[in-house]
Amino acid sequence: MPEAFDPEDFSFVPEGHSSAGRLERVLRRGEFAVTAELNPPDSADPNKVYERGAVFDGWVDAINATDGSGANCHMSSVGICALLTRVGYAPVMQISCRDRNRIAIQGDVLGAAAMGVANILCLTGDGVQAGDQPGAKAVFDFDCMSLLAAIATMRDEGRFMSGRPITEPPRLFLGAAINPFAPPHDFRPLRLKKKIEAGAQFVQSQYCFDVAMLETYMARVRDLGLDERCFILVGVGPLASARAARWIRTNVPGIHIPDAIIERLEGARDQSREGANICIETMQQVKEMPGVSGVHVMAYRQEELVAEIVAKSGVLKGRRPWKPEPRPGDAAVIEAAAETQRILERAQSAQTHSPHTG
Amino acid sequence: MSFKRLRKKSSLTYRPAGTSPVRRGSLRFTVRAWSVRHARALEWLYRRFAGVLLKLHGLFARIGYQRVERPVLAVEKRVKGVLFDCRMCGQCVLSDTGMSCPMNCPKSLRNGPCGGVRANGHCEVEPDMPCVWVEAWKGSRAMRDGDAILRVQPALDQSLRGSSAWLRATAMSAAAKASSGGPV
Repeated sequence: MPEAFDPEDFSFVPEGHSSAGRLERVLRRGEFAVTAELNPPDSADPNKVYERGAVFDGWVDAINATDGSGANCHMSSVGICALLTRVGYAPVMQISCRDRNRIAIQGDVLGAAAMGVANILCLTGDGVQAGDQPGAKAVFDFDCMSLLAAIATMRDEGRFMSGRPITEPPRLFLGAAINPFAPPHDFRPLRLKKKIEAGAQFVQSQYCFDVAMLETYMARVRDLGLDERCFILVGVGPLASARAARWIRTNVPGIHIPDAIIERLEGARDQSREGANICIETMQQVKEMPGVSGVHVMAYRQEELVAEIVAKSGVLKGRRPWKPEPRPGDAAVIEAAAETQRILERAQSAQTHSPHTG
Repeated sequence: MSFKRLRKKSSLTYRPAGTSPVRRGSLRFTVRAWSVRHARALEWLYRRFAGVLLKLHGLFARIGYQRVERPVLAVEKRVKGVLFDCRMCGQCVLSDTGMSCPMNCPKSLRNGPCGGVRANGHCEVEPDMPCVWVEAWKGSRAMRDGDAILRVQPALDQSLRGSSAWLRATAMSAAAKASSGGPV
């Protein structure tokens, strides 16, 4: 089917779309989308954000800006998105219900949309006990469902929750999170249905290390016809070592890692490499799963691996997502882009020796 | 049955986590778990009770809802406090949540479990406590109208905290009945 509009013109909302963003266009075109999570800096230096964004250049369709994930304090998601949109990236702004009430959140949504943010991911948020400041007040004025509904109202009806009109409604592609790997397992697909009814158009899942469990979940999702009503991106990521995997399993809420994965890592000579291989295999498996529209790569503190993992997995089928042209003054961006290029060249030369390709 | 025996009988023993922002006695928790196990009976009882309250609407209206608020509130607080460890949010959704009060979730989620539920079905924030929503799902499966758990609940109106949900529900269903043309 021929393009009815210029795919690189992001100044308007195409027919049948709810945002002007790149991610929605990629998904609605039926491409297999790749998103990645940016590690938010503990710094007020904007170049830190650009450096961390540049490692994904040409390999991802959107970059998630986390909102105090794990209840740890970092640069805010609004701030990161403001910087990323300046360059032309397509950020997914995460909003957690933990830290702000409805007044602050609705204001942030308008601000973000004004800066060019086209995608918002609505999350409940980890409890404050998980982070570095457990003495903080947990707000939870919204839950993720009422947050979705509130933003959908702002967008579709052009009014705040109070009913007060918004002169220019935000044009947004709304997302939510799913965790197919946590109990109660039979409720999880129905919870996705609830999220879709509240306004979710795409979802990104928690880390998938158990493809069989995901398949069970997806079978139920397909039975309910939910994959037709929402784009599902499966969360994946490389484990750095067996020790790291064990630590994550006990300390990070909601991540399910089967023993078989840990044993496989333990048995490997190079555990980090094996972690990346597991991630690549998982991507290739979920790509074949009916109803899955993409992957969300969360390579916490291993972001430089993302380009290589995406390249080796072949999920893009030769498609090259948009990459920014560094402006003349952005030394950090140019340097980071060159570094990514070197990593990729190394990866491509290593590819011929890998047993996991072809 | 004495509370001591009740506690002994229950398979769930709960020690409140020292760091939780919500303090819970283990006794209150034991009764709460009992209520979820008897969700179907309580659903029936609740429906009957709502009918009784609705019959009293004329009386409430004559005395004035504001004047009956205090005595009703006193009863409601104690009854729901014992049965459900109620937090008096003022917008009761117990019949939609398997008779497990969602305000006991440390994140006060009203639409289902977060992604942090542990493999053993316990809470992310309070590792000793079974997840309020895992319980709610179990309770809802036993109930006649358990699929109400699939309804999307709006955000809580914080300004209604501490007021009587019984009276509000009664006034609202009376108004709905009046507008549909039936006798009140």
